[in-house]
Amino acid sequence: MKKFLHSKFVSEYGTLLVLLVLFAYYTVATWGVIHPVSSGAAREVAEKIISQKKDAWVVIVVRKGDDEQAFGKELKAQLEKAGGTVVQTITGAPSDASDALRELGELNKTVDYVAAPHEAAANGVLNPEQGKEGEHSLPGLARKHKSLANAKVIEPDSYEWSHFLTRTNVLKIANHISYTAIIAIGMTMVIITAGIDLSVGSLMAFAAVITAWMIQQWAGAAEATMAGLMLCCLGGMGLCGLFGTLSGVMVTTFRVPAFIVTLGVMMIARGLAHIISGTQPISVEAQGFDWLGSQSTIPGVPNPVTLMVLLFILAHILMTHTTLGRYIYAVGGNPEAARLSGVPVKRVLVFVYALCGLLAGLAGMINASLFSSGNPKFGEGEELQVIAAVVVGGTSLAGGEGRILGTLIGALIIAVIYSGMNQTGVGEHMQKVVFGLLILAAVLLDQLKKRGFKLRD
Amino acid sequence: MGGEGTSDVPLLRIAGVAKAFPGVLALKGIDLELWAGEVLALLGENGAGKSTLIKILGGAHQPDEGTLELDGKPLEIIQPADSQAAGIAIIYQEFNLVPGLSARENIFLGQETTRAGFIVADEERRRVDELFERLGADIDPEVPCGELSVAEQQEVEIAKALSQNTRLIVMDEPTAALSPSEVERLLQVVGELKAQGIGVIYISHRLNEIFEIADRVMVLRDGERVGTRSIGEFTRDSMIEMMVGRSLDQEFPKVFAELGKERLAVNALSRGNRVRDVSFGIRSGEVLGLTGLVGAGRTETARLIFGADHPEGGTIELDGKRLQIRSPRDSVTAGICLLTEDRKAQGLVLGQSVRENFGLPNLPSFARLGFIDQKREAKALDVHVDKLRIKLTGPDQSAGTLSGGNQQKVVLAKWLERNAEVIIFDEPTRGIDVGAKYEIYQLINQLAAAGKAILMISSELPEVLGMSDRILVMHEGRLTGEITDVANATQADIMRLAVGTADMAA
Repeated sequence: MKKFLHSKFVSEYGTLLVLLVLFAYYTVATWGVIHPVSSGAAREVAEKIISQKKDAWVVIVVRKGDDEQAFGKELKAQLEKAGGTVVQTITGAPSDASDALRELGELNKTVDYVAAPHEAAANGVLNPEQGKEGEHSLPGLARKHKSLANAKVIEPDSYEWSHFLTRTNVLKIANHISYTAIIAIGMTMVIITAGIDLSVGSLMAFAAVITAWMIQQWAGAAEATMAGLMLCCLGGMGLCGLFGTLSGVMVTTFRVPAFIVTLGVMMIARGLAHIISGTQPISVEAQGFDWLGSQSTIPGVPNPVTLMVLLFILAHILMTHTTLGRYIYAVGGNPEAARLSGVPVKRVLVFVYALCGLLAGLAGMINASLFSSGNPKFGEGEELQVIAAVVVGGTSLAGGEGRILGTLIGALIIAVIYSGMNQTGVGEHMQKVVFGLLILAAVLLDQLKKRGFKLRD
Repeated sequence: MGGEGTSDVPLLRIAGVAKAFPGVLALKGIDLELWAGEVLALLGENGAGKSTLIKILGGAHQPDEGTLELDGKPLEIIQPADSQAAGIAIIYQEFNLVPGLSARENIFLGQETTRAGFIVADEERRRVDELFERLGADIDPEVPCGELSVAEQQEVEIAKALSQNTRLIVMDEPTAALSPSEVERLLQVVGELKAQGIGVIYISHRLNEIFEIADRVMVLRDGERVGTRSIGEFTRDSMIEMMVGRSLDQEFPKVFAELGKERLAVNALSRGNRVRDVSFGIRSGEVLGLTGLVGAGRTETARLIFGADHPEGGTIELDGKRLQIRSPRDSVTAGICLLTEDRKAQGLVLGQSVRENFGLPNLPSFARLGFIDQKREAKALDVHVDKLRIKLTGPDQSAGTLSGGNQQKVVLAKWLERNAEVIIFDEPTRGIDVGAKYEIYQLINQLAAAGKAILMISSELPEVLGMSDRILVMHEGRLTGEITDVANATQADIMRLAVGTADMAA
């Protein structure tokens, strides 16, 4: 055990281990019966029907909602491809299904199968309890109408799996943490230089509001062209980069502690966001504005997630393979030794604050795109989430050490814990307590690691 | 033996103490006896095991094997408090004083003299006066320690140790940061302690001091006791030989390189009171020694040349061209480098690897479009590791875990790779053991032979006399003298210049 704790694996990838343990835990904790509504499930149902009766007449029953609609469409396409006939696709509540089926009975249309996803099938019409098979239920209608006499209800096979470990849920977690993680890239660099940036949450709001405002004022509001939108977004982000630069200059040239400088910028940016927006969200109806936040250029993967992964790869390369990355570590580890080695310490510091501001602006853009508006309340308390992700990821607030990929893992740990707690029914306030404990545990672990897992040194 | 007649049981007896760390056997069966009223010098290269032994006495480490006895009774030290309770005080290079508290408050910190919860300052003051008198110290006990000189703070530390009925004091490199006159003063204090029957374990690389005050010398090498002899049985050379395990031809292997044309020319350099109108030149192949008392402005001069501070006046020329130096970045580009006195605070990023430290000033030449060619970097480092004989477990060893000598070599390696033409050494051998010192001297010779211009700042007069082609002496920010005939100069000649003309007139 002791040898294991001291191994390189634990010191480098200890947080990854924690993330995997959490994944495993929530996978088990949310284990249960799954009733699939996927297109795969639709294909499976179609195959089952055709294998039983080649030219089956089928009625499909789905409820309103994207998932079931898609299920119905896919099932219909598959059945027709295989030679079956879809008599009708009924969309709506159980009573709608009942009415439609009665009509079909009255028209004497033969129905062999009624296919529905589990949720749509589980009601008093399609699957009544024994002894409650009233005249509105399928068995009741079958007694009355001959054409329905042989109708069998069929639904996709259910199986046991974790509600947590599904593709949809994992992508949702990644999407949810994406903007926090993106800011955390900049924050990691700032913290490695032994600094801090409290302004990122406010800069998110500022960027979103100023961009929305520019789109409304200058780019033609709802008729804005793609180029106009791009310019406004870049402008919003650029202004955040300028705020970051300002912080960097204050920190280097005037030697004001970063905590104070960025606290000031935090208030200024939040205030400006409220003033510009008149405290109300500025909505953006322009076509294409939702591309960044809610579309998927790579099928199935939301754009913020793609962007996050891309930025982390770039930042990792920057920190491990470039001169600038090396300088950032050196400035954090020993600024005087770095300066006396000819490292342009001030420029390095200004760069990290500028980048952090820029990334906060990008995060604001993602939020604005997601909600199609610039809200002055975006990112309230976000700076603490970001710092938490960095710290949980193993970066020392004392500066000089830390890893970009550690931060990604840190952000994911936080996202997984939140998501897992939501699914296992842990209340909001309890979540805060757990979150706080997580941060303390991360810092404690870091300290223990430094002194080789001895309590006394 | 210092303690003869007082008792037939040694004050401290260490028998067969061994200590292993993962991968290293730091101490292998050490025996040691210390008598009351005796000064035992502990000698050894860095990494020989001196610090481990001290830490065992101080309670920071527990021995794996072996026993400790105090007055013939078994002694177990599990934590620092045990050590203190047994009357053992350790004075580290870094003092444990609260800068904002006065000498008196520091001495009684944690053991205040109180009546009904109130501190009885008068009583404390009386005891401090007593302690200071015992030491012959002249310090105002009510001045915050942060305002005291290093030497005075050290005396406060010693007084604090005495206030706790200490019988054994361990001093770790106590003179490393002291000026020559302060060293004299400290040696007197150690004499006082000795006279009062306190046992002293004295660790120093400065052989002169050891000859002056030690009764016996114990030499450690690679965690083993090489031998313990009384001081009379040693000569300088035999002591060095015993420490490094091989014979050195001489302490200062000076080679006179051929002097070429003037490379660096400093003209009327000034900054405040610390550097006043300093002008000198260094020729190719020349080692220019710069010395003076602590605070004379030597380091400040070097920092101005290097661009670490901004001069208020004066010019710097390299090979006849005037340099515009606004920051170390400019001087590094021009080919001037500085090996700082404090390697840990200014020379190295301790948390980073040797390779990363080595690369720091050289990245522009290792990188293309900002991407570092790490193979090229590692290869370049290899060359210097071989040439400078740097002892590493690998290029990714953390710089903070190297010995002082190896740290100095890493700093040197990064500048050599940079092809520096003017090399400024500020106290090049401070805190470095004798073996590594010798190697540094040889490197200085090689650099001079390669036609570099070298400025060597040092407080160690034998070193200045032994290694320089020419010597400049500073006093209160001004150059007060130049010695060109180094071979016939003496330490006294330098000291006369170092204390300044004003003092000579008086």
